[in-house]
Amino acid sequence: MFHYTVHTSLDVVEEKISGVGKALADQRELYLGLLYPTEDYKVYGYVTNSKVKFVIVVDSSNTSLRDNEIRSMFRKLHNSFTDVMCNPFYNPGDPIQSKAFDSIVSTMMVQAC
Amino acid sequence: AFFLCAGDQNLFTALYGSLTQQLPREPMEWRRSYGRAPKMIYLEANFVQFKEELLPKEGNKALLTFPFLHVYWTDCCDSEVYKASVKEDMQRWQAALRLHGSVDWLIAVVESDNKKKNKTNLLPRTSIVDKIRSDFCNKQSDRCVSLCDPLKESSRSQESWSSFLTKLRTLLLMSFTRNLGRFEDEMRTLREKRTEPGWSFCDYFMVQEELAFVFEMLQQFEDALVQYDELDALFTQYVLNFGAGDGANWLGSFCQPVRSWNGLLLRRPIDMEKRDLIQRGEASLLDLRSYLFSRQCTLLIFLQRPWEVTARALELLHNCVQELRLLEVSVVSGALDCWVFLSCLEVLHRIEGCCDRSQLEANTSHTVGLWTYATEKLRCLGDLCGLVSENGPNSEDLNKTVDLLAGLGAERPETVNSPQSPYKKLKEALSSVEAFEKHYLELSHAAMEMYKAIGRLRSARLVGKSLAEFYMRKGDPRSAENFLLDSLKSYVSESWSLPLTHTRKQIAECQKQLQKMDEYLQTSALLASDTNLSDDERRHFCQEILTFASQTAEDARVALSMSSFTRLQELRFRPSSALVHVSAALQLELRLCSLMPVPVTLEQISASIHFTQEQPGSTAQKRAAQNPDGTVTFPAASPASASASALELCEILEHSPSDNVLSSAGVACRNMHLLMRQNDSATSLDTPNTALTALTLEDGAQMLRASDVTLLPGNNSIVFTAQKPGVYTLRQLCATLGQVQFILPHLYPVVQYEVYSQEPQLSIQPLTEHLLAGLPQQVKFTILTGHYSVKKGDALQLSNTDSMPVLHSSTCSARILSSSAELLAESALSIQSSEKVTSISLPVTPPYHTLEFLLEVLCHIPSCPARMESERLTNGQISRRSRTRFNSGMTLIDQKVSVDCPWSIYSTLVSLTFHVPFKVKHSLLSAGRRKFIQVCLQNLVFRQQCVFSVWELRWSSVSPVSLHCVFSAAFAPADAPDAALKPYTYDFTLERVSVSADGSDLSRVCVAAFHLSLCDIYCLR
Repeated sequence: MFHYTVHTSLDVVEEKISGVGKALADQRELYLGLLYPTEDYKVYGYVTNSKVKFVIVVDSSNTSLRDNEIRSMFRKLHNSFTDVMCNPFYNPGDPIQSKAFDSIVSTMMVQAC
Repeated sequence: AFFLCAGDQNLFTALYGSLTQQLPREPMEWRRSYGRAPKMIYLEANFVQFKEELLPKEGNKALLTFPFLHVYWTDCCDSEVYKASVKEDMQRWQAALRLHGSVDWLIAVVESDNKKKNKTNLLPRTSIVDKIRSDFCNKQSDRCVSLCDPLKESSRSQESWSSFLTKLRTLLLMSFTRNLGRFEDEMRTLREKRTEPGWSFCDYFMVQEELAFVFEMLQQFEDALVQYDELDALFTQYVLNFGAGDGANWLGSFCQPVRSWNGLLLRRPIDMEKRDLIQRGEASLLDLRSYLFSRQCTLLIFLQRPWEVTARALELLHNCVQELRLLEVSVVSGALDCWVFLSCLEVLHRIEGCCDRSQLEANTSHTVGLWTYATEKLRCLGDLCGLVSENGPNSEDLNKTVDLLAGLGAERPETVNSPQSPYKKLKEALSSVEAFEKHYLELSHAAMEMYKAIGRLRSARLVGKSLAEFYMRKGDPRSAENFLLDSLKSYVSESWSLPLTHTRKQIAECQKQLQKMDEYLQTSALLASDTNLSDDERRHFCQEILTFASQTAEDARVALSMSSFTRLQELRFRPSSALVHVSAALQLELRLCSLMPVPVTLEQISASIHFTQEQPGSTAQKRAAQNPDGTVTFPAASPASASASALELCEILEHSPSDNVLSSAGVACRNMHLLMRQNDSATSLDTPNTALTALTLEDGAQMLRASDVTLLPGNNSIVFTAQKPGVYTLRQLCATLGQVQFILPHLYPVVQYEVYSQEPQLSIQPLTEHLLAGLPQQVKFTILTGHYSVKKGDALQLSNTDSMPVLHSSTCSARILSSSAELLAESALSIQSSEKVTSISLPVTPPYHTLEFLLEVLCHIPSCPARMESERLTNGQISRRSRTRFNSGMTLIDQKVSVDCPWSIYSTLVSLTFHVPFKVKHSLLSAGRRKFIQVCLQNLVFRQQCVFSVWELRWSSVSPVSLHCVFSAAFAPADAPDAALKPYTYDFTLERVSVSADGSDLSRVCVAAFHLSLCDIYCLR
């Protein structure tokens, strides 16, 4: 069910991207905020300028993560992702196998728990 | 706000109507403390007759019933009466006010012309007011107002009336601001005490709500809403703290088991029932939340923000479920589902009640969440109460239903008369399987339609998928199938592997129930190769295929796509050229990666091949995909790798046209349109699923076969052997497993191989660069046997010519080479010559081998070149076996050899060119009357050496008309000086030419002499 939730959240991401349109394009706000509240999860979204989508899913019972924490998590994720992309040996589209990226994600997960 | 009015009640009653009506007519600017922005407000007031018991007691927190201003009404204009009774009454009134700390008061003196007329002995009117002022209004002269005959229509009375109203408003606002400020301060103080043991949230709630009521009354809905939001946040924080282990005593009352779950009630402005519960401290968590939300909802609708209601509602419902979990409140299972379901519908009804259709349609994105949530919850209830099953609810299910219905209580009076109320819907849905289905389908379809309308296709399909699950549980796979396939399609096109696997499993179940064996087996194959599943599951699906395959029904052949079963990785030809002659072995090694979890034994793997109508050998350039080492690599068929095409970047430099200076430089991506399209996931949602296209095996195709092959999980190699001659293209691959065939319908890149059949060939070539005439020369005979096998007794028959005899050599031997130029054998040749024919018997040689041997021949140099030339001229045709040509100073002799081969009835004509190694020139030299003949013999082979010989001509009598000469030179090659070779001869004729004195005659004769181009001319002067 979890993966289905993430999948359907793309609907909202697309809606937000298209809805934002040109008015917000200049402001470069990549964080899309809470996309999708469900009984069990809160789904947050983030879209890079090249339309790479990040989604963070937080358990609803987790109340320690507020909007600001999520925002900074996305920023960290984005930075690390950019590093991965800068690797000349990485082909876009391949599964990411970078240890650095992995450890960034793991530390965020540990912090969240 | 309340006014308490003392004094002359009749007077007040007469004015009451116009006062209440006219007071709110004009707004007042309300300046507020704590830097809050000033607001224009309209004051509304209630006038109540003064009674001492109405005065607020110490500690009273009620703001709504608080008397903000006390007014003493009098129309006394007689100082005697004033002194006698009115003054005393006023003093009592003032004392009562002072006792309760009330400083907001006003004395209104109404003067009437009627009274004035009657009592002429009165003091001037002003003196009464002055008296009152001096008696009561100590330095506050504005507390006493005189009102001039308000019931009259004169301009004077109007003026006095409006200034009175202004005064009243000002004083009221002053009092209001002061009292409200005090109230807020007290409230804050109370809030600060919230950590103290005896503090009660409910009490505090009532206090702050009082403030909210006041704001609401003043139509300051925003401020009122803030009060509720603060209460909401405060409560939430308490629950969270409680969850974190920091418990508050008062929270205990909210942890009582949930006994009633009749949902939100949003149709009353204030739900007094619930408010009372809170006031008494008996409210449950749901009661408090419901009440809070109903108030927030009311205010938001006043503020015309209905879409905030829906968003907050969803948040509230999720939050309540979480909070009950956190507080570990015991709830009957299903009770919360009921509460959420009813609440969702109630919110939707409320919103529908205050918006028109077009507004609703434009804001579907705000309501669809509630619809979906309600649908989900109804579904949960259906599952719980046994309403989603083939057999209907059992007795245990029915008991649960009864319990749940009991918790709903009686329907509220507000909705009793509405046939579509959430309450009735839920009751009906839980009453029977059919009714449940009706309501569930209705909600699901509504939610799906809404999602589709706002373009949330993924969400719509997810609703469809849960609908499919519903149908499956109802034992109706037919209805489920399309929903599942729809979902699958979107997961496939977006490559979401986990949902894909899960959905595919559901589809497998559905197809199995529908007995769609082809589809089921195809799905099973995909699942068996799906690494997202556990080994057990994969084995199960693999076994399903094997079981079906081993069934005996002959007619039920099933063709499946090979891509799910095994992946073709590489093909290797041996030999690597993929080009062999007939009867040689061409091996095709297939590298297959089996995706099955267990070894699978196939009866046969076959590759269908297509005969290509092309000239042998012309296919070489078409095998571009074939590497030099004979391998063909097949790209992985997965869509991910197919889409991972590289960026095609190119440099762009722009020079300005005027001075050719670089104006801009950049990098552009040429295939951006492709890459961008792949990345845009929205457009790829509806791409067709290629896996389901029909698989057909080409009929009547030729096959390469391998039987009884066991494919182990992972890499396997299978060898085919090709033998039939021709150029073939590999078309399809088919693995047969009992009744099941796995077919790879197209092989790409195109793979071709060639098995050729070759006619035997004979060629004769010189061993050296030039063959020399006059010397024994070696020529090489090469026989490519092709498909012919040389048998014992086979011989080559060379027809002899006089000009080129074959020389016998006892050491002559033949070499037999394989097609790959490997020396296999060497054997002696026997050569027999008769008068006309030389016969060379060949050793036994298998087909497609090469036979080589050397033969020595001697080409005689024609003795007289001049004569041969003339011969040719007279005949005018080339019937001869030898022919002399002249080329760049050398004389060439073409020799044609006719050979009869054992494999053909026709003779093979082979041409050999010999070079004459000498060149001879003669000339007639004169010295006075003496004549000399000089012959120059030039060796053309070695250093162009020349040998000159000179003879003097003398004749005894008259010189002859013509003199025939023969020059002959013996020669031998340098490496064999003793060789007995036929000497080289050269014929020439000297002729006498007489020239008369007549020059013209001479020229004619000269021309005639030149015609004999090969004859030397000597002249007698």
